[in-house]
Amino acid sequence: MKPLRDPAALKALLGDIGERARRLKRKPRLMEVCGTHTMALFRSGLTPMLAEAGVEMVSGPGCPVCITPNAVHEAAIAVVTGVEGVTLAAFGDMTRVPTRLGSLQTAVPARGSRLRIVYSPEEALDEARRAPDRPVVFYGAGFETTIPAIAYTVRQAAAEGLKNYAVLPALWLVPPALRAILEAKDVAVDGFIYPGHVSAVIGAGPYEFVAGEFGVPGAIAGFEPGDILLAIRSILDQALAGRPGVALEYSRAIGRDGNPVARALMAEVCEPFDAGWRGLGVIPASGLRLRDAYAGFDAGRRFGLGAATADGGTDPAGCRCGDVLRGVVRPEGCRLFGTRCRPDAPVGPCMVSYEGACLIHFKFGPERRGRG
Amino acid sequence: MCLAVPARIARIDAPGQGTASYMGSQVKVNLSLVPQARQGDWVIIHAGFAISVMDEKEARETLRLFKEMAAAFPDEAA
Repeated sequence: MKPLRDPAALKALLGDIGERARRLKRKPRLMEVCGTHTMALFRSGLTPMLAEAGVEMVSGPGCPVCITPNAVHEAAIAVVTGVEGVTLAAFGDMTRVPTRLGSLQTAVPARGSRLRIVYSPEEALDEARRAPDRPVVFYGAGFETTIPAIAYTVRQAAAEGLKNYAVLPALWLVPPALRAILEAKDVAVDGFIYPGHVSAVIGAGPYEFVAGEFGVPGAIAGFEPGDILLAIRSILDQALAGRPGVALEYSRAIGRDGNPVARALMAEVCEPFDAGWRGLGVIPASGLRLRDAYAGFDAGRRFGLGAATADGGTDPAGCRCGDVLRGVVRPEGCRLFGTRCRPDAPVGPCMVSYEGACLIHFKFGPERRGRG
Repeated sequence: MCLAVPARIARIDAPGQGTASYMGSQVKVNLSLVPQARQGDWVIIHAGFAISVMDEKEARETLRLFKEMAAAFPDEAA
């Protein structure tokens, strides 16, 4: 996909974008919902070029590590510190989020317990298969991209009668969060770059309300620089024509209908509930939990952790991750940014995750240039 | 965490399980979410699971579009 990074092609697209931005009545502000898009924009150096072309980019809530409230991270810590002989499996980023109880990395496991970092939920399931007497809890966090894989492990464990496997769910749905951002009106968004890999599962349909009810255009984008610029040009074209919609600019990888097999699996294993997000608070039907038929595989119920996701909780003192996730302030707008809060000593999760806006701004942002 | 990569299915090992070639190495991939996938198909892999089968025709079309745009700015050749 080298041509999608070709400087000449990117220059042509930036020219198109600048020309369209000038024809709009006000400087367009676009939200890239997905943290992987934020990373792609910064790494490729597109953010300042887009600013020059007259387009302001603002990061959205698309970082599962970041939007998971500390109460849930603390429940995960409670599993590994409070239960003996358990393996807690988690994605790497999830283990470094600081809470009142420290992080999973700094917590001292109970006797015989351990933390294991995995790349795939199936690795956690394999561990449960290998040692049927040892409880394995997978700290299952993610958006619609990841949820089918997590649901797969639950259904598989049920089919194989693996009673030592359980999931601590932190499962989040993107469309309800977009509705919450639009209804809150804290930040004026003139268009959305929709997440390519969430859309690989859910398709284009679930975003239609953004255009239909709120009149805001959007486009589903891939992750090469050229993909993102194509999506931005499409959004500006929709705005100029006064015809907001949901364009698909990633058709080589996904179809408008997404992946029905993955959605059926999600629906079989999980059910929606009103979940609390960091920064966004409780959003109706925005989280998934395991259905009663799979209650035996819910680590929260098995270990009596209570309703960990009762609300969005509060950020650590001084931390503005919640505001960053809503797009209300930029990372540089937080007083802790780059001073007390840095990647080697993060205060909030947005400085921990490789999809967190604070970490990305710290590593690649203009304020860092020339400062080493 | 929604990072995902394109890779080609090298072989189907068992129902729902396969091996994919990614940047010169062979990786295990769960194919349960893409039952239509066949050996030789390009898929998008996230957290060990293929979540989508790529459309080669659309991929070629995207490449053509970008080569065309690049050709309009010959002085910026990569």
